[in-house]
Amino acid sequence: MNSQNIVIIKYNAGNIRSVKNALYHLGVDAVITSDPEKIVKADKVIFPGVGEALTTMKYLNSSGLSDTIKSLTQPLLGICLGMQLMGKYSEEGSVDCMGIFDENINRFQIPADNSLNMKIPHMGWNRIFDIKCDIIPSQLENEFVYFVHSYFVPLGVDTAGVTDYFGRFSSVLQKDNFFATQFHPEKSGIVGQQILKRFIEL
Amino acid sequence: MLAKRIIPCLDIKDGETVKGVKFVDLKNVGDPVELARAYAEQGADELVFLDITASFEGRKTFVKLVENIAKHINIPFTVGGGISEVDDAKVLLDAGADKISINSAAVANPNLINDLAAAFGSQFVVVAVDAKENMNLNDWVVTVKGGREFTDKRLFSWVKEAEERGAGEILFTSMDHDGVKQGFANDALRRISETISIPVIASGGAGAMSHFKDAFILGKADAALAASVFHYNEISVPDLKAYLKQEGVTVR
Repeated sequence: MNSQNIVIIKYNAGNIRSVKNALYHLGVDAVITSDPEKIVKADKVIFPGVGEALTTMKYLNSSGLSDTIKSLTQPLLGICLGMQLMGKYSEEGSVDCMGIFDENINRFQIPADNSLNMKIPHMGWNRIFDIKCDIIPSQLENEFVYFVHSYFVPLGVDTAGVTDYFGRFSSVLQKDNFFATQFHPEKSGIVGQQILKRFIEL
Repeated sequence: MLAKRIIPCLDIKDGETVKGVKFVDLKNVGDPVELARAYAEQGADELVFLDITASFEGRKTFVKLVENIAKHINIPFTVGGGISEVDDAKVLLDAGADKISINSAAVANPNLINDLAAAFGSQFVVVAVDAKENMNLNDWVVTVKGGREFTDKRLFSWVKEAEERGAGEILFTSMDHDGVKQGFANDALRRISETISIPVIASGGAGAMSHFKDAFILGKADAALAASVFHYNEISVPDLKAYLKQEGVTVR
């Protein structure tokens, strides 16, 4: 086992175990916790997420976890809703988020003439490209990863990877020690495994 | 461009894989975890596990199995069978399932869709719909109990209702096509896909690689599910993907 202390932040319903399982296969026995002290002391932190922005943000604010997360200086990886909550403002429940990244979070819109049959959520495997992120090996350019989301982060200053779903959006963000993916690396087969491995090796 | 998904489905009884041809004549086709891992390595995009066990002991075995699956595969998987209340779903979520699918329980109690979506989010809730075409009514009738029992629900209005109640995805099985291996119900599929704006999984009827292409192109399905053609090695996932790519269908 890798001796690193990696913490997965626990905050509400959602499939957190899959992140732990994926790390386990990489030799890391991660700790799932909502204890700020343990989070601050961790070598690395993963902020996963399946859920709804408004409810989750309220919980993060009232529990003080949002202040803890913002104060972290070690590498942190936000996943899916975790990434969105690190943005500035979400249309999901019209809520101010943590503002670690400068980008807002918008809802996908189905065009009036939906002849191409756009579906929401954006669910399934799609490509990542224009990668310039320290935890995504460049050979993963154009590889498929697994997404499930109805809200998205537009392109902006922190964009470190792009995906196209009826328009281009940020599928990867990076700013200082903060990394985030809109897709689920823990559910993205061997491609996702390479990303988690790179994060562990930072 | 979002890829069309290929989904092998594993029927589970007492913790083991089975596949019923037209839901009778069950025949064991292996250990679920091994089979799941093999499919994931072959490039399956997702997996579905349906528990067809009736007993309480069997249910507990299934939850254990879900924990095991979650430990060993790193692609998304859906579990279904025997979920009739929010607590049943919670147990499976905690065991590591990415999505749950509900079928007859949703027909009996449509509010279950709302409750599950509110508790865990729409992305967690797949509503499975089994239906048979009725020429007299010129419509598709929703069935339960493996197609043996007709309900008062009609396919197209029911999938719309399910979407409005918070379903994240529809898994449509044509009971007329299931097990026959002559292709998916493409006309009905297309109508569903044009009626709702959540993803649609086609199920029932896969017998040849061209059937998958037809489900995606004619049926406008977002994903296609099959069991026996994969379990009995009649079609391999890598061959199917190569074929679809050649036919211009976006696949991973």
